[in-house]
Amino acid sequence: MKFLHLIWCNLRRKKLRTSLTLLSIIVAFILFGFLSAIQQALVGGVALAGADRLVVREKVSIINLLPVSYEARMDRIPGVDFSTFQTWFGGIYQDPKNFFMQNPVEPEKFLKIHPEIILPPDEEKTWLATRTGAIVGRRTAERFGWKIGDKVPIRSTIWSQANGNLTWTFDIVGIYDGRDKGTDTTPLFFRYDYFDEARQFGKGQVGWYTIRIKDPSQAAEVAKRVDAEFENSPAETKTEPEGAFIQGWAAQLGNIVLIVSSILGMVFFTILLVTGNTMAQAVRERTGELGVLKAIGFTNARVVTLVLAESCLLTVLGGMVGLGLALAITPAIAQPLAGLLPMFFLPTRALFTGFGLSIALGLVTGIFPALQAMRLRVADALRRM
Amino acid sequence: MSESKSNNGTLVQVERVGKVFHRGSEDIHVLADLNLQVPAGEFLALMGPSGSGKTTLLNLIGGLDRPTNGALTVAGERLDQLSDRALAAWRARHIGFVFQLYNLMPVLTAERNVELPLLLTHLSRAERQKHVETALAVVGLSHRAKHYPRTLSGGEQQRVGIARGIVTDPTLLLCDEPTGDLDRKAGDEILNLLQSLNREHGKTIIMVTHDPHASARAARTLHLDKGQLSNGEVK
Repeated sequence: MKFLHLIWCNLRRKKLRTSLTLLSIIVAFILFGFLSAIQQALVGGVALAGADRLVVREKVSIINLLPVSYEARMDRIPGVDFSTFQTWFGGIYQDPKNFFMQNPVEPEKFLKIHPEIILPPDEEKTWLATRTGAIVGRRTAERFGWKIGDKVPIRSTIWSQANGNLTWTFDIVGIYDGRDKGTDTTPLFFRYDYFDEARQFGKGQVGWYTIRIKDPSQAAEVAKRVDAEFENSPAETKTEPEGAFIQGWAAQLGNIVLIVSSILGMVFFTILLVTGNTMAQAVRERTGELGVLKAIGFTNARVVTLVLAESCLLTVLGGMVGLGLALAITPAIAQPLAGLLPMFFLPTRALFTGFGLSIALGLVTGIFPALQAMRLRVADALRRM
Repeated sequence: MSESKSNNGTLVQVERVGKVFHRGSEDIHVLADLNLQVPAGEFLALMGPSGSGKTTLLNLIGGLDRPTNGALTVAGERLDQLSDRALAAWRARHIGFVFQLYNLMPVLTAERNVELPLLLTHLSRAERQKHVETALAVVGLSHRAKHYPRTLSGGEQQRVGIARGIVTDPTLLLCDEPTGDLDRKAGDEILNLLQSLNREHGKTIIMVTHDPHASARAARTLHLDKGQLSNGEVK
């Protein structure tokens, strides 16, 4: 700690240069924060996917429907605890840009298979007793100012009612929260029995199934058994763990992790050059002063530590400010993206990764100037004062 | 005063020391079989023309460089046998340097510059501050403690340099042309200060200079030319 003042004063030596370098590091870490939030939004669900849940969809495409009768057959397959289903409703509330997911579900089974959805017991009871009832996530409820007892009209882009009307009206009977921070609380869920009875076509057809298995370690075997059960039927199935299913959705946009990593790689390589150049210049300019430090008894190891501490202080400072700004700005960006990217937030692990990255950046950019300082011969360095 | 010296009172013992620099394929013999003894408490001036090896000899005695051959014992330690790390620790304990161009850190105030050698000790912040205040008082610069080098005159900067050199109470003070960058008046003040450190505080001082006016203040003057020492006068 007693060297902190010296390190800090050295950083302030060329204020403009240090400020510009700091600014570039801050911008890089803001970008890191945003890209982490995008990655979280697209593939973050993978980490939260239930290890004991499998998703069954039509083998060729998820837009092809599956018979509702598969449910009973699935429940009989060894290793399956129970199954339930959802269907893509594709509704719009007032304006197409107000996008959020709405799906018809079997309430009891749905809540049982998704323990991450927290619904108060009295609201659950009301939902089971109200055919037109729907539950909505807290985020969407707050977004549109919905409260329990409201009637919400949603126009489907796919499903019309028997009278040809595309607008469905639901009674909001519950507002649910997420068990985990990453739990998506934007969708609205309503009852399948009401939906199936009222829809004009597609009766007895559902979008996809979710299966809860008895033993997560048997997931692969159970998935094979499910697909074997429906082999050579008019609607063959493809069964995979929920995590893989979510990843498959995100993969439609491309390899998100690769894209994000590539952009970050380029950004940080540039920062590496910028900061490395700053540190190299800083050490070169101070050759004589480093000679003085060595002359008065600073060891090579201490000189190396001082230079590395200086570069780390610069990068960690920039990193923390950048991540702090990203953390502050992300919620504002998340608001308009709530429907499209409901899980757009900066995850805690990204903050830790960013902190580690800032230290690593400091060490890498500082190591060569530090070694250069270490190799200085005192007598030579003093001549360059 | 923490002085380490041999039984006969010799602080610096240079025996048949040579120093050769290699420049490309050429060998430059700067010092050749040089012998020197400096007793503790002496104020010695080393004179000689440019390139005569004065600074090289001072660097060797201060442990900043290593001799090509010969034995070099300072404050009871064979410097030619110490590792780099041990040599750095030895310098911190025994040597105070005063440079011609002051070599102060421009980003630190006078008191922070003086404090630098104390950062290598186990002293607390309060103890370090006390030592710094004492050193600045000795050089008469207490009132300029918070000033940055750029706001000090050349003479004041050199006094800060001397305060930094003596703040750890080193065994030996090595001064390389301490008045070389100063006008006569400021130079005289610095020489008065060095003389006072030697006479009143018993500090052993070796001063390199090419200025006869400066060397006149020393108790003994030796002349170095072409790597060889010639006897000087003792006052």
